[in-house]
Amino acid sequence: MHNRVVITGLGVVAPNGVGLPLFTEALKNGHSGIKHDPELERLLFSCQIAGKPSVSAELAAQYFSELELKSLNSTGILYGVIAGMDAWKDAGLPVSAGEEPDWDSGTVFGAGTSGIDKFRESVYKIDDLQIRKLGSTAVVQTMASGISAFLGGKLGLGNQVTTNSSACTTGAESILMAYERIKCGRALRMLCGSTSDGGPYVWGGFDAMKVCTYKHNADPEKGSRPMSATASGFVPASGAGALILESLESALRRGAVIYAEVLGGHINSGGQKGVGTMTAPNPSAVQRCIKNALADAGISAAEVNAINGHLTATSKDAVEIRNWCEALGRSGIDFPYINSLKSAVGHCLSAAGSIESVASVLQLHHGFIFPNVNCEDLNAEIMTMVDEVRIPQKMISTDLNIVAKASFGFGDVNACVIFKKYS
Amino acid sequence: MDREEIIARLKPIVSTYVEDKDQLENLNEATDFIKDLRINSANLVDIVLDVEEEFGIVIDNLSMEKMLNVGASIDIIETKLVQQ
Repeated sequence: MHNRVVITGLGVVAPNGVGLPLFTEALKNGHSGIKHDPELERLLFSCQIAGKPSVSAELAAQYFSELELKSLNSTGILYGVIAGMDAWKDAGLPVSAGEEPDWDSGTVFGAGTSGIDKFRESVYKIDDLQIRKLGSTAVVQTMASGISAFLGGKLGLGNQVTTNSSACTTGAESILMAYERIKCGRALRMLCGSTSDGGPYVWGGFDAMKVCTYKHNADPEKGSRPMSATASGFVPASGAGALILESLESALRRGAVIYAEVLGGHINSGGQKGVGTMTAPNPSAVQRCIKNALADAGISAAEVNAINGHLTATSKDAVEIRNWCEALGRSGIDFPYINSLKSAVGHCLSAAGSIESVASVLQLHHGFIFPNVNCEDLNAEIMTMVDEVRIPQKMISTDLNIVAKASFGFGDVNACVIFKKYS
Repeated sequence: MDREEIIARLKPIVSTYVEDKDQLENLNEATDFIKDLRINSANLVDIVLDVEEEFGIVIDNLSMEKMLNVGASIDIIETKLVQQ
């Protein structure tokens, strides 16, 4: 007997909105969170625009003690803790004050790196023969599981507390790992999601690979152009997204608001075989991942109302669209609606899958499809596959039943999650 | 510098690492950082670093291990100040 799994809480720290109300507003209106970044300019990056969430010292002080803030130098932990605790609170869950851990609740909270600025600070001290001045906080901020360790402590979690990492698939993967744990009865509630450090030391490698756009330093908001004929690379970004997954039984017992149901999904890899490489997806694996996600959810391709794609604004966008067409057996006007949040926030890397999943779930809950921006000049190859009305550039208010969300990452890894309106 | 003066300069450093500030009211030489002030043991190294900065001294590993209460910390600070 498997548990049904529903979503009862959301939290988000995105470049275009911190907190659900601001993010939802930005989402519906296609507000961009991408700005010129003076630090990237100073450091001679090709791409000098980026998406950074705006977190004030006052806001941070609501989530961290004065002592923690004294040495905190990890944007990933900052964003992740805010999103994670917001999701917990949004679900109406209490923060346990007693001595007993909450044995029924855990977290799978992903990250690509942790505390990269803290790591830099430590490296400089060590090379300067000042090892003893690292203090006590270098390890907990730079260990990969830093974010889940911080959240586990703040929420008193007593079930599994771990961090997953699978490049840009991380966020979607965390949802499916949490889903499976609840489905098979090992936890009642799981906080899942992911976070990404921001700044030059995370983004530098991508800039050097020439996968970021260098053509929009003067017009940042036009820079991220998924599905556009003039897409010229992604815009680096950061942030965190968080979801509370819970067994349906537990959610009903608590009288919790149910945003949506996680109906199923699939995680796989292309094995870097065929055209798949460390950095390029193997299309047969992507298509298999989508098909298996539908099968796992027990739905047919015809039932998918909308897709939230990975769609980063590189030459790979058309390949992704072809994969969706092949996997679903749908094209032209028959293709589901499709959108990419990256047009408004950039590519939040390890946080992308979770922030975009929060957006997908908000669409189901409130009944809308958020607009794509910056694709007024649609890519010609994409137009041969999908009718342009399926790529909305204005918000559409409509009841949705099924949204498919997929993320793909370096290492040729894929994840696809099927969200359903709860009924 | 007498011991009272050292305590007065030590108190704000220690205070940073104490969650329940009421515990600081009766701070005296017998006060134990972990048992009485409930300071996280990992933070003891941070206190030592702050002390070094405040008093302009360097505290070796052996001395550091002894700095578990206020009195012992004052002893070490006094010794290091004299050595300078």
